[in-house]
Amino acid sequence: MQRGLDAETRKQLEEEEKRIISDEHWYLDLPELKEKENFIIEERSFLPCEDLLYGRMSFKGFNPEVEKLMTLMNSQNRTEDVEEEVQNKTGVDVSDEEMARRYESLVGSIKRKFTKKRNRPAIQGEDNVNSNIRSPKIKKVFLKPQD
Amino acid sequence: MFLFAFHPEANVANSKEAMLCCVKEKIGEAVLPGDLLAFEIQKSENKREKLICGPGLRRDGEDVFVCKSGILRHKEPNLYWIDLQQRRYVPAKGESVIGIVTAKSGDVFKVDVGGSEQASLSYLAFEGATKRNRPNVQVGDLVYAQFIIANKDMEPELVCIDSCGRANGMGVFGAGGLLFKVSLGLVRKLLSPQSEIVKDLEKIFPFEMVIGLNGRIWVKAKTTQQTLIVANILESCENMTTEQRRSIFGRVSENVL
Repeated sequence: MQRGLDAETRKQLEEEEKRIISDEHWYLDLPELKEKENFIIEERSFLPCEDLLYGRMSFKGFNPEVEKLMTLMNSQNRTEDVEEEVQNKTGVDVSDEEMARRYESLVGSIKRKFTKKRNRPAIQGEDNVNSNIRSPKIKKVFLKPQD
Repeated sequence: MFLFAFHPEANVANSKEAMLCCVKEKIGEAVLPGDLLAFEIQKSENKREKLICGPGLRRDGEDVFVCKSGILRHKEPNLYWIDLQQRRYVPAKGESVIGIVTAKSGDVFKVDVGGSEQASLSYLAFEGATKRNRPNVQVGDLVYAQFIIANKDMEPELVCIDSCGRANGMGVFGAGGLLFKVSLGLVRKLLSPQSEIVKDLEKIFPFEMVIGLNGRIWVKAKTTQQTLIVANILESCENMTTEQRRSIFGRVSENVL
């Protein structure tokens, strides 16, 4: 004997409830308004207009920290040569690009270390695009022996 | 130049067309509020180039109106603005200003920036500040901070760190020195990359200066007299020509040495 409702009847009841609830919701019966793509942007600040310098200034060595800040901030505002930027990074032993290159190769070697021996040719195939290996989709599956 | 219809019988449509100016002619010339700027819009191309209208210009649908009187300036490739003169500051996002701390309420400092309402500065917005490690800010301190929220609908908010979490010179400054107020046009002249006033000033004697875009300048030199000299020069050099300024600087450096 079934005590609960059947799955189908339950679904029908839910649909009816949803229909009743959505009918009660109010909505605007207006035609769809397309938002016009406007190509004029409003800008309220003077900063991008006039390329203003950094506000803290010190002259003739009155405040050496502020003088250091002045050179730092004003060089950030201007686009300078790449070499000068690398020189300006005080306190950094390794530059950002060097770090990214090292990290990229590090990730690859760790990944290779932890894959199973069967999947290693596939990983090595990713590095060397020209090498001919069978596609990694063909996996060796256990075949049940037929009687 | 202007085709103003001052005739009392001119109807509105005529006057509107009369004030329509081609923008290329107007760059570097004075414009008045109400002028309509016409840009050469390439409607045939699919990709429309973005046009940025800076301070003093306002967009109304597809048109650009001038809303403040001044000189129209242009910067490549597509930025137009009005070079205007005013003393009252209106907070804008991203600008660095000098504020005076007026109140400490809970986790937030109330800072007076010279605008229509006071800005709020959270105590966590300082470098190295945590809930346990509060920054040492008292009522009446001067802070150099940047706006992160500044529009006409919300209370302006300041921070003393940048997006990486570094202070970059912002925060509380200034023991001693003198804070005074100038017009916004002078502040922008001082902060422009090839500022002659700054170049002349730095030759006189060593001093330190903090310039806020809200028209406030703080100066500190070795003695009180030197501080006052610099303050007076800055306040008065706005309306002087180059020769007058150079003569004043010459007299000052003679007296100092």
